[in-house]
Amino acid sequence: MTREEAPGARDVAVVAFAQTDHRRTSEELSEVEMLMPVLHEVMASTGLRTADIGFTCSGSSDYLAGRAFSFTLALDGVGAWPPISESHVEMDGAWALYEAWVKLRTGDADTALVYSYGKSSPGSVRDVLTRQLDPYYLAPLWPDSVALAALQAQALIDAGATDEPALAAVGARSRADAAGNPHAQLRGAVPQGEYLVRPLRTGDCPPIGDGAAAVVLAAGERARDLCERPAWIRGIDHRIEAHGIGVRDLTDSPSTRIAAERAGALERPVDTAELHAPFSSQEVVLRRALGLDETVRVNPSGGALAANPIMAAGLVRIGEAAARIHRGESDRALAHATSGPCLQQNLVAVLEGDPR
Amino acid sequence: MSKEPVAVVGVGQTKHVAARRDVSIAGLVREAARRALDDAELSWADIEAVVIGKAPDFFEGVMMPELYLADALGAVGKPMMRVHTAGSVGGSTALVAASLVAARVHGTVLTLAFEKQSESNAMWGLSLPIPFQQPLLAGAGGFFAPHVRAYMRRSGAPDTVGSLVAYKNRRNALKNPYAHLHEHDITLEKVQASPMLWDPIRYSETCPSSDGAVAMVLTDRAGAARAPRPAAWMHGGAMRSEPTLFAGKDSVSPRAGRDCAADVYRQAGITDPRREIDAVEMYVPFSWYEPMWLENLGFAAEGEGWKLTESGVTELDGDLPVDMSGGVLSTNPIGASGMIRFAEAALQVRGLAGEHQVEGARRVLGHAYGGGSQFFSMWLVGAEPPAS
Repeated sequence: MTREEAPGARDVAVVAFAQTDHRRTSEELSEVEMLMPVLHEVMASTGLRTADIGFTCSGSSDYLAGRAFSFTLALDGVGAWPPISESHVEMDGAWALYEAWVKLRTGDADTALVYSYGKSSPGSVRDVLTRQLDPYYLAPLWPDSVALAALQAQALIDAGATDEPALAAVGARSRADAAGNPHAQLRGAVPQGEYLVRPLRTGDCPPIGDGAAAVVLAAGERARDLCERPAWIRGIDHRIEAHGIGVRDLTDSPSTRIAAERAGALERPVDTAELHAPFSSQEVVLRRALGLDETVRVNPSGGALAANPIMAAGLVRIGEAAARIHRGESDRALAHATSGPCLQQNLVAVLEGDPR
Repeated sequence: MSKEPVAVVGVGQTKHVAARRDVSIAGLVREAARRALDDAELSWADIEAVVIGKAPDFFEGVMMPELYLADALGAVGKPMMRVHTAGSVGGSTALVAASLVAARVHGTVLTLAFEKQSESNAMWGLSLPIPFQQPLLAGAGGFFAPHVRAYMRRSGAPDTVGSLVAYKNRRNALKNPYAHLHEHDITLEKVQASPMLWDPIRYSETCPSSDGAVAMVLTDRAGAARAPRPAAWMHGGAMRSEPTLFAGKDSVSPRAGRDCAADVYRQAGITDPRREIDAVEMYVPFSWYEPMWLENLGFAAEGEGWKLTESGVTELDGDLPVDMSGGVLSTNPIGASGMIRFAEAALQVRGLAGEHQVEGARRVLGHAYGGGSQFFSMWLVGAEPPAS
């Protein structure tokens, strides 16, 4: 649906991307203080000012901040005066980008600022994430995010889809690639470590950290004005699956496959894929669902195994894929974001640069 | 590219009450969604995407509840989005859903908002005890009472106006089977004799805490042509935000509200809202906000809003009825309250508002606001499709 071009549909592109250095803790900074440099950077790279932006959309979670309406303070940082056209999703920033993309497609705006942020350091993120499970039957048992991912990993091993050495290789490759990413939290030779929850070792799991990201979108000629080589969003779609772990085949990700089909990702090969796979085993699931082979450069940024700022990590994937197109390192890239336990909800975007 | 016209062809809500102990959160939202589908005579399979809103997650203690609600709302295998813009969220959620249709991304979308406040205590959920904010604000009333006093001082409004609004809205609620408060023995004297909570806001001039959900089916021109009952057509919709606290903020009549209304009127071709709009479902959680928003939305000149209220213009049988359903003052499942305003506006122009129907309502405004009067969302719906 989302890639079938309506007559005269507007092309929308990612024209700028910025992110923080992702860190284990940023306790000396408020969320707003963490976010502000990123907003300034992304705006400066386009030369736009707040008043030039047609629509603003953000993603974050009150539960990470530990207080209701936490996003309202970030808005003050954006500088919403005179008043701006603005919205917020209680989701990863990738979905804020989706909302902004829709807004630009309606023609109501030509440019959009999208940002998201999350600080996991103030609490125990494994415990916090249990609160997003079914509140009557599942959450009272406090199954944490690593334990649920371990169930998924074991299901994959039992199905013969992977084994522990293969998972270790995913971790090692991700951290090695992250050596070239100054923003990554875990870089270079990182030991695979002890079991955290069998069969997952610490090296199969994402670092816990704080971070923020921001993207500027623009439609049509406006994109070319703002960026030498815009990353055109050729298709974008997202799908959700059942919540109950017990009713899903954890070795598969049908929602990713549907989203990829609808986004047009499967029509022609991509050269790059930025996958939001916080656990090494989830990269295995996503590669299978997307049919990615060894010719595709997967997570050259290091991916979520190198930095996983919750609520921003999905937007970072889109930003990293777009930045490779901006730099001429990719012509057609896939970006993926996930939400919920064991890849419950997935978003796929296809980004392309103009032919060279 | 011109936008696809957006039509409301299904509206459903729950009977709002203080505590729905008989249903889970999933059961509550499904009830409203099912009623919206029944109104549109559609099945779950006809829905292409779901856009859900509520605010904030701490009210039920479930982080990102849309994940758990995917099954209950028939969203498995479909796109599902979760909007959160504080008290304006119900309106914003409907506008995000409308954009999906307007941009021709989807043909038919289910949008829904809910709050199950009995799972927590909204008073403390709305108190924000972090450094550098005023301590002991004690809920929304504590935040808004100074702004009401500022309005009274600025406009010279007599202190009786707030009770008139509460008395009117509570009587309107008696005609709405879904309203939370059905105070059959309400009198103006009872409102005026109710305890003072946050001077000048009395107990009977405040909203209740409700459990409830509301849903709408939005569709394109083709979908509207197939609909069994009249559609409400969206003629304009907008959101505006401004910072919570800054030196230049006018808390009595925030510029974001004025700009938002102006954008909606521009889209809808409205030049004289007082004459061209037939009725308003306005977000009035404390009764004094009716006269305040009448001015902010351009229905009255500055300082004159209370005169419309006092002269009976905003009564159900008045020249510009406001909150025909009983409004937020009678029903307040916070995350749903904005969308209820939007949905009630749609019911009015569809002629399906029952006992609280305004005769001949052709163009009705739905209005929501949130945060510290910093987030606004509005739509104007009409009985006729917009001129293309």
